[in-house]
Amino acid sequence: MDDVLTAPMVVEFPFTRSLGPVLSAFLTGLRERTVLGVTAADGRVVVPPTEYDPVTAEEIRDLVEVGQRGTVTTWAWNGAPRRGQPLAHPFAWVLVRLDGADTALLHALDAPEGPDSVTTGMRVRVRWAQERTGAITDIACFEPAPHDTPLRGRPTSHPGTFAEPVTSLVAAARLDYTYSPGRAQTRYLNALAEHRTKGERCPECRKVYVPPRGACPTCGVATGEQVEVGPAGTVTTFCVVNIKAKGLDIEVPYVYGHIALDGAGLALHGRVAGIPYDQVRMGLRVEPVWTEGGRHPDHYRPTGEPDAAYETYKELL
Amino acid sequence: MSNSEVPSGRGRGKEPVAVVGVGQTKHVAARRDVSLAGLVREAARRALEDAELTWGDVDAVVIGKAPDFFEGVMMPELYLADALGAVGKPMLRVHTAGSVGGSTALVAANLVAARVHRTVLTLAFEKQSESNAMWGLSLPVPFQQPLLAGAGGFFAPHVRAYMHRTSAPGHIGALVAYKDRRNALKNPYAHLHEEDITLEKVRSSPMLWDPVRYSETCPSSDGACAMVLTDRAGAARTPRPPAWMHGGAMRSEPTLFAGKDAVSPRAGSDCAADVYRQAGITEPRREIDAVEMYVPFSWYEPMWLENLGFAKEGQGWTMTESGATELDGDLPVNPSGGVLSTNPIGASGMLRFAEAALQVRGLAGAHQVEGARRALGHAYGGGSQFFSMWLVAADPPTS
Repeated sequence: MDDVLTAPMVVEFPFTRSLGPVLSAFLTGLRERTVLGVTAADGRVVVPPTEYDPVTAEEIRDLVEVGQRGTVTTWAWNGAPRRGQPLAHPFAWVLVRLDGADTALLHALDAPEGPDSVTTGMRVRVRWAQERTGAITDIACFEPAPHDTPLRGRPTSHPGTFAEPVTSLVAAARLDYTYSPGRAQTRYLNALAEHRTKGERCPECRKVYVPPRGACPTCGVATGEQVEVGPAGTVTTFCVVNIKAKGLDIEVPYVYGHIALDGAGLALHGRVAGIPYDQVRMGLRVEPVWTEGGRHPDHYRPTGEPDAAYETYKELL
Repeated sequence: MSNSEVPSGRGRGKEPVAVVGVGQTKHVAARRDVSLAGLVREAARRALEDAELTWGDVDAVVIGKAPDFFEGVMMPELYLADALGAVGKPMLRVHTAGSVGGSTALVAANLVAARVHRTVLTLAFEKQSESNAMWGLSLPVPFQQPLLAGAGGFFAPHVRAYMHRTSAPGHIGALVAYKDRRNALKNPYAHLHEEDITLEKVRSSPMLWDPVRYSETCPSSDGACAMVLTDRAGAARTPRPPAWMHGGAMRSEPTLFAGKDAVSPRAGSDCAADVYRQAGITEPRREIDAVEMYVPFSWYEPMWLENLGFAKEGQGWTMTESGATELDGDLPVNPSGGVLSTNPIGASGMLRFAEAALQVRGLAGAHQVEGARRALGHAYGGGSQFFSMWLVAADPPTS
């Protein structure tokens, strides 16, 4: 089997969360070192609070303040913390039922004495972060509270109103992948490195896929036969881009075209240059222009040949 | 006790499906006052109020939205179960890109038609302000050439191909945008309310992706849409006129394949033909009174008019130009203002289905098409990969 290409792929984005009234109160409360829950229709206190009753589906808004100490209801040891987790050294993930609450909150427990020091039923207390912004990380983690006893009694009602409430937060999400384009695309990319374009022909419909996918999506059979296409091709349709796309260093206006390389069964997409943008037309004959180190052609330029007749490319738009 | 000769359930054939509740949010660029849960709740509650039902009357919930990257909440349906009263009930999530609002409604409808459930709440949403849809659709995949053209650049070459193929004059797109934006003024839930819109303003708006102008593109919206679907017995008890489903279908095809017709995709025409066959429609232009179709860029109106069989090939633009698709024309298209005026992506397809239902229920308010008895709801997405459509009518199906 050919060596298949792989590369790291990172997907990350700072998502915005608008919180709504209940989570706004909860997170603003954390900023003020106050932990809020909500009273459900059956009297249970839910922490973190939800906006809708988990049993009746009714809107619930009766906030209460619960304790900052609680009991571990279950736990799992994390011996190798990853980027972005609450603590950099080994810790326990814990579900903590805070005093006055009927549900448990997921967080980290700093247990410097290791997993043998963690037990279900152990007492823990909130360790507040030094700098608090109105986020779950305002609780830096929990820490053991030996010899502590649970607080009895009902939690006290809380209006949930604070000065300068937090109404939204930014949740930075990041996913790390190892991406592989697969065997067919690896063959295609290796040929591109020699400035040659190789598609694969479907044994049934005889269409040539560029780039190849390893299979024909119409016939559902593997494509094995490699076919070199181009290098010249025809602009089958296009648009003139007048606004700069984010992260692209191309002067506008420019032409974004569908280009059917000679011999290919469908068009690929690329930039058409080397001709004033307002002179680009359907049927224009073009060839690739490579730049040093580029994996793909930088753009396509006119070959000077007469335009292709519409009949020759109307199936390749 | 079942006998192979006798179908189980309450009768032979499919159970008729009725839309008895429709709810939507006022669509805006950013709903900063609510969480995702608060947003979907608003639409669901309005649909239940329309049907005069409570959470307890709902047997199952079917929810849809576009890619999770659009908000960055993975599998949001898990967290939305409380808000939708789905605890202890079956809950399904559907995803078919931009067509998802339509396919979600069809999955819900099929549960009723198959007599799996009697009353189903279906809902679709998008809160685009939490992320950036263009980012979500153009992740930097290694080794691939980045999309060089931005959001409209994917669609504009297909529009040029349509214009070339049909010799359509350049002003047709502006006519569609001008119509849909004026229709939106009659729809209190529409996102864009451009009170001072003129044809001249549309025509002189910046050319972003030639041949597509700024005013011919859809906005980015936060919004949700919900419907309550029920069986014949449920419809008999409902306080307001129901809309009856007479046909529904989905089709898909790859986004790119050799021989694809991006101007008039086969999946779209096959899907429409299936819906018309189910509904007994042979002349869609004459027999259908209103259409809510997924038009994210104005030129897609004439393109879909041909794809859906309302106009002969090459004649979609003449139909638009003649005024036939205006609110007072003989086939009003997007009386609600359509996707061009409101686009919470995941909800956009369900809005088309729901607005079609409102038309035949006679409950569309200021954008009501006089005497509408049959209406088509149409959705598509994923670079013309997925299509879903339904036909609803004021009268129940006869068979």
